[in-house]
Amino acid sequence: MSNHLLSLLIWLPVVGAIPVLLAGSGRPGLARWISLLVAVATFAASLALLPAYDAATGTLQLTESMSWIPSLGINYSLAVDGISVALIVLTTFTQILVIVGAWEVIQNKPHQYMAAMLILEGLMIGVFCATDALLFYVFFEAMLIPMFIIIGIWGGPRRVYATLKFFIYTFFGSIFMLVGLLYLYHKTGGSFALADMANVHLTLTEQSWLFFAFLIAFAVKVPMVPVHTWLPDAHVEAPTGGSVVLAAVMLKIGGYGFLRFSLPIVPDASHQFSWLIIVLSLIAVCYIGYIALVQQDMKKLVAYSSIAHMGFVTLGIFIGFMLVRESQNPDAARLGMQGAMVQMISHGFISGAMFSCIGVLYDRLHSRQIKDYGGVINVMPIFAPFYVLFAMANSGLPGTSGFVGEFMVILAAFSANPWIALFAAFTLIIGAAYTLWMVKRVLWGDITNPHVKELTDVNGREIFMLSAFAAGVLLFGIWPEPLVHLMDASVARIVEQLAISKV
Amino acid sequence: MPGINDIVTLLPEVYLVVAACVLLLLDAFLKPSQKDAVHWLSVLVLLVGAYLVVSGQPAGGATAFNGMFVRDGVSEILKTFSLVVTAVIFIYARPYLKDRAIPFGEFYTLSIFASVGIMFLVSAGSLVTVYLGLELLTLSSYALVALNRDSGLSSEAAIKYFVLGALASGMLLYGMSMVYGATHSLDLRTIHAAIVGTEWKTLLLFGLVFMIVGIGFKLGAAPFHMWIPDVYQGSPTAVTVFIGSAQKLAAFGMAYRLLSTGMGDIAGGTTGLAPQWQLMLAVLAVISLAIGNLVALVQTNLKRVLAYSTISHMGYLMLGLVNAGPEGYSASMFYAVSYALTSAAAFGMLIVLSRAGFECEEVDDLKGLNQRSPWFAFMMLLVMFSLAGVPPLFGFYGKLLVLKAAVDAGMLWLAIVGAVFAIIGLYYYLRVVKVMYFDAPNEAVDVRATPDVTSRWVLSINAIALLVLGFTWAPLFAWCQKAFAG
Repeated sequence: MSNHLLSLLIWLPVVGAIPVLLAGSGRPGLARWISLLVAVATFAASLALLPAYDAATGTLQLTESMSWIPSLGINYSLAVDGISVALIVLTTFTQILVIVGAWEVIQNKPHQYMAAMLILEGLMIGVFCATDALLFYVFFEAMLIPMFIIIGIWGGPRRVYATLKFFIYTFFGSIFMLVGLLYLYHKTGGSFALADMANVHLTLTEQSWLFFAFLIAFAVKVPMVPVHTWLPDAHVEAPTGGSVVLAAVMLKIGGYGFLRFSLPIVPDASHQFSWLIIVLSLIAVCYIGYIALVQQDMKKLVAYSSIAHMGFVTLGIFIGFMLVRESQNPDAARLGMQGAMVQMISHGFISGAMFSCIGVLYDRLHSRQIKDYGGVINVMPIFAPFYVLFAMANSGLPGTSGFVGEFMVILAAFSANPWIALFAAFTLIIGAAYTLWMVKRVLWGDITNPHVKELTDVNGREIFMLSAFAAGVLLFGIWPEPLVHLMDASVARIVEQLAISKV
Repeated sequence: MPGINDIVTLLPEVYLVVAACVLLLLDAFLKPSQKDAVHWLSVLVLLVGAYLVVSGQPAGGATAFNGMFVRDGVSEILKTFSLVVTAVIFIYARPYLKDRAIPFGEFYTLSIFASVGIMFLVSAGSLVTVYLGLELLTLSSYALVALNRDSGLSSEAAIKYFVLGALASGMLLYGMSMVYGATHSLDLRTIHAAIVGTEWKTLLLFGLVFMIVGIGFKLGAAPFHMWIPDVYQGSPTAVTVFIGSAQKLAAFGMAYRLLSTGMGDIAGGTTGLAPQWQLMLAVLAVISLAIGNLVALVQTNLKRVLAYSTISHMGYLMLGLVNAGPEGYSASMFYAVSYALTSAAAFGMLIVLSRAGFECEEVDDLKGLNQRSPWFAFMMLLVMFSLAGVPPLFGFYGKLLVLKAAVDAGMLWLAIVGAVFAIIGLYYYLRVVKVMYFDAPNEAVDVRATPDVTSRWVLSINAIALLVLGFTWAPLFAWCQKAFAG
């Protein structure tokens, strides 16, 4: 089975969704258990990637290739490197917690919810494995369908608006990428393989057009300013599980797309426009941070903070061009890229955890407004420490995973230009301000709302879910070495490519 | 003199005409209680016809009647799919016709005659065959649209269709006469050869413009689309599905024969009038994409939504034709096949959800379908995402191929226009999914799937095929490519 491990990872949850659907609304308990079983099995299979993958070389491994459309040279080809492995494990891990988190919460058609989540999981893993551009695109787009349904059926009051906005925004981004890919297909003489696209000669003008085609697709996904406006709506309206998956995994696909498409295929245009990305990233870090500060809605606050944190990912990726090509400092570039990757994984845990916490509160009080809470620690003493821990991680406290990635990116940025580092470091202040202020207003103080007095503390299921997130946050905060080691060689290969001009 | 070989080449068509006549007689003599036999026989007749088309396909193709009738790979694919799709439509139509007491036999006979028209049209080797096939097809269709005599809407649709159709036929004929005048031939291949080096360029161009009008009308491309929404809405849904699916294959075949075979294409170095018709089709494509997608946004009647969506889909189909090379034609034909299968399922869904006294045709009728019938809601979801061109559904790959054809033809701008309108079009497909899944059921409207088991099954297979073909479309596309190779 080991040579089909990636296919197994993709199709196990997708096929597993069928018995969940068949279990039907009549036996919701059965549907829940089957989906948990499938999610756990997928997680176990993804753990098998760790020994199977040789982190020392950082090459694409566990390759699978099958001719899909022979007459067009389209292949079903999969492979992973260290970065994909890390993201896949993050995906499968998050999915278990999402299913556990939805256990009693989703009462309306739970089987459909679970099935949609499982299909979504398989498709997201597919995105991280695909090495054929068309296959990537198919997974990338197909992913929207289950998410559209999840937000639309189980979301909040304005769910229809939010989910339509989400779908159309993302589709808008990616369709131009499709045209770009077709152009590249034309240029390579009939291949969608990413490796061939990376080798094809392109003039700077062509690269610039393609760069923007990719940029629209991935900037919407990340999301970057100014195409981020779908995210707060989608997050606020999505059910807890939808928000968790959206923040923990789907946003990462944008960053991952930059690594797989923009950097290797259009390196010179990426270099030329790296200033643009850096500026947009800094705007995300600073300006969106301020926007987060004024939010009244907890979910919106975390959504905006996600945009700010994802700014570090794009900053870390694109600062590399300045460092490699202008300052001749590949080591710092590697540090920045590594930081961006660690930030992706860490943000997966932290944002997933934050949304789960808000979900726990929302399930009890049916409000996400900060003003409705206050003094929660008095009634939920077990829950409060988790909330504080995740909030601290969100503001980048050393010892949590939130610190590691941001610190690495800021260090790299400092070697490139201290001013960039200065603006990026603003996050330490703003991030702490908006998160801790929220903690203060939600947890501390006196109970003013009589409903808060009736809150019950977290139950075993919720404790399990939050502990799992907490373990991830602390583990990679205190000991990021395994994660860094897993991705290091792959990151080094990407940084080497940055220096190679295609013009 | 027609020889036995000519008849053998025409065997499927001859067989269908005879079978249709037999069915007509049978229908006249059967008791009302036995009329179901006519239905099953008609389905059988079509399937046998499709079998005859494929099994009797001569290697390397054949012509009959001095080249007036061509039997090649293109006609094979178009005929096979139009017959199979029509058979599927017959199965959808049975409970629909029964419930509404619409004459049974006439529907089947007229549809089979229309199918024969489709077969002649896609096999045309000369201008006369094109015209004959087209008239057989459209005259049968006019009658089909008016089949529901008591309905005002239906009669209105039939009159509109007839008047505009007759006008378009006139235009086409006028164009043909000019082409004949310039080339002294009705044979498409001779015309092609004569175009190269003729001094009658202006006259030919005039002829070409008029023929494009005829093609545009048949495809339903804007600005010749005026009949589409009214006819789609006014016809009995069982007829709409026929006009909206199988007939699109015929329209593609007609465009291919007239333009590529007749007026020149870019393969082989003799371009003829290809640059001219490429440009005209590109303009039609852009207008169709714009009108189809924008107007569909504000429709509330699902049949009209699908009508405007057809217009935009014909825009995409033309993106492939604009390429004017084998890759483009195969992309377009693939698109036509995928569209025929998808729209058959879309209208089939409306039929399955309708019953006597209740026509499911407003978008709002589908409200909360996921609560009432999760299975059919899921089927409709597949259909809508396929129409919208979202992977991994079948419809996406058609779009992919036609966009690729446009890029390969060096018309990147056209591909970008296609992409932009795909985003706009997405909204109205999503709206259908939205009402089914996110809205509460409308208590005043009792939407239920038909109790007819066969049509439920066939519809399910039809819709699931859109998902399955999304993974396994390679053989179909290879078949399309082979038809245009060499």
